[in-house]
Amino acid sequence: MSALRRWAIALGVLLLGRKQRQPRFADRPRIVPPGEPDPRAEWLVLALLLGATAAAVGFIIVYAFNHLAHQTQYLGLTLGLAFAFVAAALIVVGKRLVVTEELEEDYPLPGHPTAQEEVEQLVAESGDRFTRKRLLLTGAGAAAGAIGAALVVPALSLGPLFDTGALYETPWRRGIRLVDEHGKPLLLDEIERETFYTAYPQGADKELVGSPLVVVRFEPAELHLPSRRRDWAPGGVVAYSKVCTHAGCAIALFRKPTFPVVEPGPALICPCHYSTFDPTRGAKVIFGPAGRALPQLPLAVDSSGVLRAAGNFSGPVGPSWSGVRSKAPRNPS
Amino acid sequence: MIRALVRYLDERSGTAPFLKKALRYVFPDNWSFLLGEVALYTFVILVGTGIYLTLFFEPSTASTYYTGHYVPLRGHEMSVAYRSAVDLSFKVRAGLLMRQTHHWAADVFVASIVLHMLRIFFTGAYRKPRDLTYYIGLTMLILALLEGYLGYSLVDDLLSGMGLAIGYSVLMSIPFVGGNLAVLLWGGAFPGNPDFESRMYVAHVFLFPILIATLLGLHLFLVAARHHTQFRESRRTTEKKVVGVPTFPGQAPRSLGLFFSVAAVLFLLGGLVQINPIWLWGPYHVAQGTNGAQPDWYLGWLIGALRLVPNFDVTIGHYTLVPNPFWGGALFPLLVFLFLYLTPWLERRLTGEYGFRNLLDRPRDAPWRTALGAALFTWVFVIFLAGASDRVFVSFGVSYQAQIWVYRVLVFVLPMVALFVTRRLCLALQESERLGRIREEAEAEARGELPQPE
Repeated sequence: MSALRRWAIALGVLLLGRKQRQPRFADRPRIVPPGEPDPRAEWLVLALLLGATAAAVGFIIVYAFNHLAHQTQYLGLTLGLAFAFVAAALIVVGKRLVVTEELEEDYPLPGHPTAQEEVEQLVAESGDRFTRKRLLLTGAGAAAGAIGAALVVPALSLGPLFDTGALYETPWRRGIRLVDEHGKPLLLDEIERETFYTAYPQGADKELVGSPLVVVRFEPAELHLPSRRRDWAPGGVVAYSKVCTHAGCAIALFRKPTFPVVEPGPALICPCHYSTFDPTRGAKVIFGPAGRALPQLPLAVDSSGVLRAAGNFSGPVGPSWSGVRSKAPRNPS
Repeated sequence: MIRALVRYLDERSGTAPFLKKALRYVFPDNWSFLLGEVALYTFVILVGTGIYLTLFFEPSTASTYYTGHYVPLRGHEMSVAYRSAVDLSFKVRAGLLMRQTHHWAADVFVASIVLHMLRIFFTGAYRKPRDLTYYIGLTMLILALLEGYLGYSLVDDLLSGMGLAIGYSVLMSIPFVGGNLAVLLWGGAFPGNPDFESRMYVAHVFLFPILIATLLGLHLFLVAARHHTQFRESRRTTEKKVVGVPTFPGQAPRSLGLFFSVAAVLFLLGGLVQINPIWLWGPYHVAQGTNGAQPDWYLGWLIGALRLVPNFDVTIGHYTLVPNPFWGGALFPLLVFLFLYLTPWLERRLTGEYGFRNLLDRPRDAPWRTALGAALFTWVFVIFLAGASDRVFVSFGVSYQAQIWVYRVLVFVLPMVALFVTRRLCLALQESERLGRIREEAEAEARGELPQPE
């Protein structure tokens, strides 16, 4: 019994003693100025932290579901709320529980003149024993330049830096059949007016810049192609590269002359920057930023009525670069 | 406990004096100083969510077919990269949350850097001794733009591909070397060899983040080394003394509170507000494009510039010298950043002020700087708006060509208007302040008080 009493007294002393313990720094001037306690704010912080705990547990519970409608939304809501509760708790702590002092501090000195001079001096004195400074510096420069170049040169493995021949390559050559995206050949008789077709070279990679064509049909009388392209459009069907000469996007829009008052004339338009090409006039640029016409592919019709290429494009395909027109498009060797 | 911890660290690193200084570092109290912190905290969220995404994303352009639960894409041919991005959105639990939060965070990251930069610009905070800090900040902005572009280009959805085609074309348009640089980076003609996806990936998840983190550390180090700037708020804030709240205990809970607020907003956005629903765009194919396609907001100024330039390439005879995308896609951003980089030097040359500046100007205090800045940012903003003209056309039916012609005029007129109006406004504000001071002094005198010595 007395042992129990002694334990109880010891425990009491321990607990009370905790409260009565003298602060260790009582004899020193305070660094942080004193402030009034704010028990209500403490309760608020506790409540907010409990809210954060609940929201975080909620996140774990939502995550545990295998299938749950709107799971992403619940996950975001619970995790976001958990963070929001912590943020609110910290803001209450910052505003009401810690002292907001206004402290002054000197800006650092602009510089250390003596140290600056000493650095300069020690560098100068260290070079005292060199008599051919300039020569040695030239040598060092040569070594540094060469080593730098040697370290950069392997980057040339990334691709063909000097050979831009790949930019001129297209898979089109005389006789290649035009097929749709499922590989079905395009028949002249199936090409309707005021409709927009995408065609690819049969048997070639569809993802090459030189592959896709836009094919549209007009009344032959509506076409005003340059004179040497007169026979490039059998039955009024014209084909142009589908890749914009401005920034390489696909020419995905066909403006039919259905609204003559607003924008007259049919046009092929790139959705990226609205480069606008006139398909009846060899796809020359009529609005927007493109600097050159879409390359045209000469067409022919074989005995079974299938559209075939009658050669390669009228010019290089895709976006321009310095000297783009200095070579004609060609087939990969 | 604290005592043991501090002793442990100090005896092993000798950093207790530094720790004490850091805890009492002074933060001047102004809301606009938090913009940079928002950028910093957003970067933390970007790294965290980004690491999660790398655990599931497969950067490969190998061809595959979609066989998952999302019906509209089933059976479609697509790259492994795009399929894994769709799968991590639909199959991986919390995957979509992380992806959308990452995307939102990228948008907020650039936005907060830009706002921070505007604050720095219009208060003259870039002056010596903080010009180096400012250059590093600008460099991080450029890196952030490229990093964001790489991030959404990796996914290989339709918008990714269209964006990459444009980036490729802009690179190609650089006079003389463009074609060479493009085939070098892409490993051939667009869409390039399969390695290109790995190149973008290592740049996006390793090179750029490391660069940004390094510069970020340097930026913060320089800020702390020269201390914060401050506004002239009372007699105690001078060029010699900085006045504010110490890191601990005053600033720490507020700043941490800001961190958790940023995290809360980003995760709430990521969970509740859809962004870049890649499954709707579909996989990219060279022959496909979509009307009303827009990049993330921070590239809007470039798409606007590309739209506004009239249709010409610079040619000599039959030789194309400068292809068109160069003007809007390369020269325009180069000029804007060149002006921003040169601002501290130009200001020193033009005003002859070579001294140290710890006190900030209010925008009205430097009418020419404010007016020139207003003109520059109006210019960029008008061009940014022009970038959305296709959306205005698609959504409201306003003639696209008419819009472009209006913007082609506004691009010259509005910056001029902004220049003159802003300068007048600054001078008028200065004048009204001067009059106010005179009146106060007169009233004080009338009450029989002595005028306060300035």
